Amino acid sequence: MQGQTSARTPRNLDQAVVRFAGDSGDGMQLTGTEFTREAALHGNDLATFPDFPAEIRAPAGTTAGVSGYQIQFAAHEVFSAGDQPDTLVAMNPAALKVHLADLKKSGLLVVNEASFTPADLTRAGWKSNPLTDGSLEGYRVIQVDFDKLVTLACQDLGLPAKDVQRTKNFFALGFVFWLYSRDTAREESSIRERFAKRPDLAEANVRAFKAGYYYGETTEAADAPYQIAPARLQPGTYRNVMGSTAIALGLIAAARQAGLRLFFGSYPITPASDILHELAKHRQYGVTTFQAEDEIAAVTASIGASFGGALGATASSGPGVALKTEAIGLALMIELPLVIVVAQRGGPSTGLPTKTEQSDLFQAVYGRNGESPVPVLATRSPADCFDASIEACRIAIEYRTPVILLSDGAIGTGSEPWKLPDLEALPRIDPKLRTDPVGFHPYDRDPETLARSWAVPGTKGLEHRLGGLEKDALTGNVSYDAQNHEKMVRTRAEKVQRVARTYPPTEVAGDPDGDVLVISWGGTYGSVTQALIDVRAKGVRVGHVHLRYIFPLPVDLLEIAGRYRNVLVPELNLGQLRLHLRGQLGLETVGLNKVQGKPFHVAEVRSAIEKLAPQAKEIA
Amino acid sequence: MTGKLNLAKKDFVSDQEVRWCPGCADFAILATVQKVMPELDIPRENIVFVSGIGCSSRFPYYMNTYGMHGIHGRAPAIATGLKMARPELTVFVVTGDGDGLSIGGNHLIHALRRNVDLKILLFDNRIYGLTKGQASPTSELGKKTKSSPYGTVDRPFNPLTLALGAGATFVARSVATDTAHLAQVLRRAAAHKGAAFVHIWQNCPVFNDAAFDEWSEREVRDDALLKLEHGKPLVFGKAKEKALRIGDGFRLEAGAAGASALVHDETRDDLALAMALAALEPPLPQPMGVLRAVQRPTVDALAREQEEEAARKRPPDLHALLHSGDVWDVGTA
Repeated sequence: MQGQTSARTPRNLDQAVVRFAGDSGDGMQLTGTEFTREAALHGNDLATFPDFPAEIRAPAGTTAGVSGYQIQFAAHEVFSAGDQPDTLVAMNPAALKVHLADLKKSGLLVVNEASFTPADLTRAGWKSNPLTDGSLEGYRVIQVDFDKLVTLACQDLGLPAKDVQRTKNFFALGFVFWLYSRDTAREESSIRERFAKRPDLAEANVRAFKAGYYYGETTEAADAPYQIAPARLQPGTYRNVMGSTAIALGLIAAARQAGLRLFFGSYPITPASDILHELAKHRQYGVTTFQAEDEIAAVTASIGASFGGALGATASSGPGVALKTEAIGLALMIELPLVIVVAQRGGPSTGLPTKTEQSDLFQAVYGRNGESPVPVLATRSPADCFDASIEACRIAIEYRTPVILLSDGAIGTGSEPWKLPDLEALPRIDPKLRTDPVGFHPYDRDPETLARSWAVPGTKGLEHRLGGLEKDALTGNVSYDAQNHEKMVRTRAEKVQRVARTYPPTEVAGDPDGDVLVISWGGTYGSVTQALIDVRAKGVRVGHVHLRYIFPLPVDLLEIAGRYRNVLVPELNLGQLRLHLRGQLGLETVGLNKVQGKPFHVAEVRSAIEKLAPQAKEIA
Repeated sequence: MTGKLNLAKKDFVSDQEVRWCPGCADFAILATVQKVMPELDIPRENIVFVSGIGCSSRFPYYMNTYGMHGIHGRAPAIATGLKMARPELTVFVVTGDGDGLSIGGNHLIHALRRNVDLKILLFDNRIYGLTKGQASPTSELGKKTKSSPYGTVDRPFNPLTLALGAGATFVARSVATDTAHLAQVLRRAAAHKGAAFVHIWQNCPVFNDAAFDEWSEREVRDDALLKLEHGKPLVFGKAKEKALRIGDGFRLEAGAAGASALVHDETRDDLALAMALAALEPPLPQPMGVLRAVQRPTVDALAREQEEEAARKRPPDLHALLHSGDVWDVGTA
């Protein structure tokens, strides 16, 4: 079976969307990740959307415990994980219950019929069996007894039945490999590597995987299998990367570009913890990771490290960032570099820990006591996280300021092919550490950036004291002087405004003027980009600005917006960027808002654009 | 002048006017710290004082070293980050009973359990001074303050048992009025490699005057205080005529000095003796000096060792790091 394809000639497709869904313990995230790796190595462009519950093991067989993983892979550029799956793999009745409505009409549904027992059906909330009651009419259903087939495949291995049943996800993977004509040899070695310490389990999973593949070959699935040619991506070397990993690598690269040690203080929180996990592996790069006793210690330890001349960074999610708020104010007051990565999730309070949302823009930009401006950036996709985190570090170091980098759960856990950067082309970051004691004052400022002198302990003759009390504008000594306070408040504000001078010109995708400008930020990039392609194909004149810089906003944004009749701001919140644009620029916009813990469907953005473009309907 | 660096007390005095209330015991602590610093023979630029919020936390402004006046309760965490980033620095933390035991209690116990190489000086006046006189976590039960006009209903912490319970490798107590003893304890703390916790009784003349008189006044202190000396019997009284010994039920009790007197051992691996001394209640005397001084690896050193070990096994190579995992090429075709 090495690298072989099915006897039937595969049908060519441009793209496909596949969703794997099962119980939290069914290994759906692993199955999805394995399929993604193969799609990447095959050369497809792709985007993924893992969607899992907050509970590690919710009661088995209930809809609360359903875990899903969606991938869109294509022979062309892909911007989102796709609206509706073409193929849905449902490991049990609960997975079917949760995900069936999303499946495309006439889409392919693969179900494990062994799990459709009366008890499982009841647990999942089905009143009757959907496999027999007509619920699945209009779909192409492939019903397989996964339990029986993996048992047969593994029968002479002498493994406990429980271990054998745990290979069912690889059976499903094998079937989908056949369905899309994927390279099985690569997957087989990946499985053997994964289970290197348990060759018996490796063998069982390989057999289950092959059984799934062979089942595909022998079954009579209409018009399958398919194949999807590699995408014509820009030439270069690629790897598939998760957003959290790319952020961690960006922090390491930025510290290296600045010649600083990286100190990362963090407290476990979903979905930010993966950044800590990744960084903890890379100590040899001068990386200290510190799993703190709480969110406050995580950020204050990072501030202490920055005081010592390291690049201090921390990451958290909404509730954790709320706890860090006072400390961010301290970093702002003592004007030291600090990078705070915010992996947004559904809020408020504990909210929806594993679901994505964009509702921390206000917290990032406006959520501190006092006049406390902090540069805020947003990353737009998993691979973009690398560049975004380097840029956040650059600003933090060059301007001696805390910088917030907004990511979100979908970006952090999602993945896509990443064209690996040329290390020589990475920006140089000069920390300009002060060493000369002549004429030194702790609040001396660079006339261009207004960054203050950064003198680190160990430097002779520059001993000084910093603190959260208001500082004299030059000496940095405690000052309660009224005029001095206003001067310092204005200076800190002006310093942050000047960060905008270093932005590249704002890029406008699509039409440079017309009916609609879409201004978006963060993880909606993919859906908006695809929607733009779709509506422009219909002749709508629409442009798109995807903001990297949330605060301060780019100075050219207002002028760009003026070239369009309407401005649409799609956000996964109730309109935080809209209010921000109105407040900062006086710009009136139309909102498209969704707060369901899920990304936008392309269709939702498309229809919002069309509503604002009068001729769209006529064209359609 | 002291040591090969020829530093003097005045070298550690900053140009800032000291703004504590007249009669505050913090003055005596400041003067004692400034006096001891030259003896350490550490260049000023390699010393950092980190504090939180409260009267005691103004301390860094008055030391002519590097310093940070942080936010309320967070000094141990700030100092942990600093020390882990720069293990070669000598880092002091100055905190108080409100800052260190209330809002920052969590950071204090974790800094102690991790054994960060910090010198933590906790100034305890058993009251909130800077916010003008509320009960603190060391205020005695029933204490009447502005925030407890009927008397407090919550029991206080014993800072010594707390520190021991958190796994501190060095725990000592002194009092601001006995600057010779304080200097001795500070020298020991500075010499300790690891988290050193020094509990300092410090009188607040404005909001909690005479809080420690029952122990520290000249006429009572011989009987009320137990000066600990490693390897010496635990004796007290004007003529050292009384001693602690183990009584019935595993209790410490006072008796006549002599063969049955317990001998102090600050290096004991187990906590039993240090904990028993820390928990002494009147009429038994209060321990002064070093209760515990044991050697354990510090978190800052261990983290560096991991880093060096990782670098030996796999030297840093950013290109290789980025290109790790499954990588593929897309050609120009």
